[in-house]
Amino acid sequence: MLEQSIRDKSFERRLFRARAIAAAVLVLLCITGLGVRMTYLQVSLHEKYKNLSENNRIQIRPIAPNRGLIYDRNGILLAENIPAYSLTIVPERVENLEQTLAFLNELVGLSDRDREQFEKRNGYRRPYEPIVLRQNLNEEEIAAIMVNRFYLPGVDVEAQLMRHYPNGEAFAHVLGYVGRINENDISKIERDDDNKRRYSATTHIGKIGIESRYEEILHGDVGYEKVETNARGRLLKTLERVDPKPGTDLTLHLDSHLQLLAGDLLKGRRGAVVAIEVESGGILALYSNPGYDPNAFVTGISFSAYNELTTSLDKPLFNRATRGTYPPASTLKPFIGLAALQAGSTNWNYSIRDPGWFQLENDDRFYRDWKREGHGRIDLEQAIVQSCDTYFYDVAVKTGIDGLTPFLAKFGFGQDMSADVISATSGILPDRNWKRNTGRGPWYPGDTVNLGIGQGFMAVTPLQLATATALLANKGKWQIPRLLAAENTDPVIFPHGEIDDIILNDTGNWERMFKAMQNVIIGQHGTARVLQRNLDFPIAGKTGTAQVVGIEQDAEYDSEALHERLRDHAWFMGFAPVDKPQIAIAVIIENGESSGKTAAPIAQQIINKYLGGAEG
Amino acid sequence: MASTDFSRTISTPAQHHTFERSGALFARIHIDLVLFLLIVLLACVGLLILYSGSGQDMTMVKRQAIHFALGAFAMIVAAQIPPRAYQFIAPWGLAFGSLLLIAVLVAGVGAKGAQRWLDLPGALPRFQPSELVKLALPLAVAWFMANRPVPPRFRDLIQALAIIMIPTVLILKQPDLGTSILISTSGLLVLFFAGMSWALITSMIAIVAALAPLMWFFVMHTYQKQRVLTFLNPESDPLGTGWNIIQSKTAIGSGGIHGKGFLQGTQSQLEFLPESHTDFIIAVLAEEMGLIGVCLLLTLYALIILRCLYISSRCETLFGRLLSGSMSVTFFIYVFVNVGMVSGILPVVGVPLPLVSYGGTSVISLLLGFGLIMSMYTHRQKK
Repeated sequence: MLEQSIRDKSFERRLFRARAIAAAVLVLLCITGLGVRMTYLQVSLHEKYKNLSENNRIQIRPIAPNRGLIYDRNGILLAENIPAYSLTIVPERVENLEQTLAFLNELVGLSDRDREQFEKRNGYRRPYEPIVLRQNLNEEEIAAIMVNRFYLPGVDVEAQLMRHYPNGEAFAHVLGYVGRINENDISKIERDDDNKRRYSATTHIGKIGIESRYEEILHGDVGYEKVETNARGRLLKTLERVDPKPGTDLTLHLDSHLQLLAGDLLKGRRGAVVAIEVESGGILALYSNPGYDPNAFVTGISFSAYNELTTSLDKPLFNRATRGTYPPASTLKPFIGLAALQAGSTNWNYSIRDPGWFQLENDDRFYRDWKREGHGRIDLEQAIVQSCDTYFYDVAVKTGIDGLTPFLAKFGFGQDMSADVISATSGILPDRNWKRNTGRGPWYPGDTVNLGIGQGFMAVTPLQLATATALLANKGKWQIPRLLAAENTDPVIFPHGEIDDIILNDTGNWERMFKAMQNVIIGQHGTARVLQRNLDFPIAGKTGTAQVVGIEQDAEYDSEALHERLRDHAWFMGFAPVDKPQIAIAVIIENGESSGKTAAPIAQQIINKYLGGAEG
Repeated sequence: MASTDFSRTISTPAQHHTFERSGALFARIHIDLVLFLLIVLLACVGLLILYSGSGQDMTMVKRQAIHFALGAFAMIVAAQIPPRAYQFIAPWGLAFGSLLLIAVLVAGVGAKGAQRWLDLPGALPRFQPSELVKLALPLAVAWFMANRPVPPRFRDLIQALAIIMIPTVLILKQPDLGTSILISTSGLLVLFFAGMSWALITSMIAIVAALAPLMWFFVMHTYQKQRVLTFLNPESDPLGTGWNIIQSKTAIGSGGIHGKGFLQGTQSQLEFLPESHTDFIIAVLAEEMGLIGVCLLLTLYALIILRCLYISSRCETLFGRLLSGSMSVTFFIYVFVNVGMVSGILPVVGVPLPLVSYGGTSVISLLLGFGLIMSMYTHRQKK
């Protein structure tokens, strides 16, 4: 029994020992297996995982370049980059988002729009990427956040350079603005791989105006930073840095003094001013009123503010200077006169007797002069000075549409001649083809009569009229209108364009026309003789009154009874000084009625400012 | 004679002499010196890795050191208790543990859709009954088998399996698939050491393998399936559930043979590696100390397990042998599952690396287990 038990005990021991050895062998095999697995990862796949770990740790962060600055011809800053402080938040680091937002609302105030934008931006983004919650914090707000920073994990104040237009509205229509890159812009940028790279850190892009036209050079080139980050993307140290290349600074032909003056003079009016330096074609002023604050578009304009701009009857977003088309009216007469002279259908001695109306042969329709009783006997010079309609009805018909249109085209009418004015329109220069192609039927002699005084189908923009005036002042030598004068400090030369200079059969006609236009101001009967009061410099010019509604034949035109917006548009075009023209200008005042009272004095003050400023 | 004694003293290396002496001294307080020293070595290595894995958080290292101290105390106390006492409480322990498991199912608290914890009244910390059962089940099965003839009869095996099934099913209900597998394995290991025939072992493995696909459809919860899917293809969701395994493999692989140097691991120090102080801590070692460090650690584990198995085979009672054999191999399974999971050959189940991962419960219960093994080995029945 005892022996049995002892034998059992030793059997038990031997059995266990065998199992223990089996277990030990299994354990060693498994540990070897783990060792093999580790060796596989650490030796065979070492290179692969080494790269993966480097990629984990090292991030390449693009750095946005500073956008080029924009100056006027006097070196005055028109568009700058100023640091703006924005409130950012990383939702991953925030414990209670609602609570934090409520607290931030207490500290700095968050509008519904801020919240809405935040939700929108929170929707699609990479983890741990900060979201902008509010822009343009002032110093007090920054202080309030900094003081409470301890209670606000994940909340930060970030400085970013933001585009700023110090003169606001005054340059809105010419400079345009930058705005946050939208999906439309992205699809454009991504069409080009190099652009995609260049814009990898950029948040804003030129949307309109000069900002859009010269986006390419204003933008600059992106820089890079090789940084070590942790898994949360927090920057630990910078390993390598390639500085971004700032964008090109632009100097424009614009003259701030003139532009701001134009803004003052147009205040409360709908209208536009375009002034051009005769010798260079440089645009000195390009103003459209009313305007808008471009800075609002940089930070993101609110829906209601934008809605107000788009629905306003005054159309503040509409650039009247480059896209507003108006009948040139009597301002076309000097060009018609030159066309008739060139065609030989008139000369400076040719005169007619004006009974106050004009009639075509075999047509009983009366084409009235603005002066009911007529001007009596009148020649070309006086027809310009007094703006006699009948004379120009007569010479226009004599020259014929086929003579007039090609000559007018040489002045750039019916085309956009500008070198770098974005979205300028070409207006309408009617001829037989144009009328037929637009479904208006055949060209009638009556159409030519109307064209003679710049009414009817013809339409020009203030920029076009200013361009033609500058060309006239430059005696037919083309300088296409341009805004850009220099990139950084290098002057920019624009190609001459495909248009030929105008060569008159008798070059003396230029001076004769100048003299006639000067008499518009200094002549006894001149339509702009009101300018004699402040005549600092000899100005040559021409007034114009563009009809807004067709007036029934023989009907009395009663301006009092008409709604303000149905009143005639007032034009003035001119240049100065007459003997050596430096500045050419076109002014339109919508519903301004009398050029002498509205458009002409504005033009004169701008001319005086320019020439006076140049002297003093 | 005296001179011979003298010369013998000289010829014996002094250190060896002291070692034997202190070995005898430790034996008197029921501590196996070799195992104890190996554990101390592992604890030191563990604290060092933890210092790096915790992002050089000294407070965490200190707290873990306190865990070790408490665990050492528990181990020494456990070693003093004679095997007979364990044998006596074994069935009651399992019964009590099973009751607690039922309590968890009825009134437990939990996280992520699983109920695993019991809230104890007052200031007592939360308690996870499955930790208790990890010790109670092998004790109970060893107690059951020790009173039966070896190799076990088929009838006894069936009864033992029934005992194993009770806590296994209860834990599975929590649901905690990983723990229930580990606990049932520790029970089955007792049967293995008891001499269950190889034929039965192989057929059981075959049955389990055949049942595995059924588990997918009838037992596993969505999050468990997700873990398995992630294991099979971690790249399918690199920022979500696959992140952990991708990052840990990257940490291990980028360490190479020599490692990036202590505290120089970019994966570990820059927070790319998740759970770097708990479940994924071996990836920290692998990244910073390379394959060499990993092999040394695995060797250390191997030595501990081999020493345990050796001790087990020299226990006086069958109960002691079965219990310590099972516990030794269970200890190894923890190591294997953890390293296998971190290196991407096993799915991610929340098993810490024994004595290296941060965590009080794990350290204390493991050391307590070693105390049990030492008790089984050092207590001799007085003749």
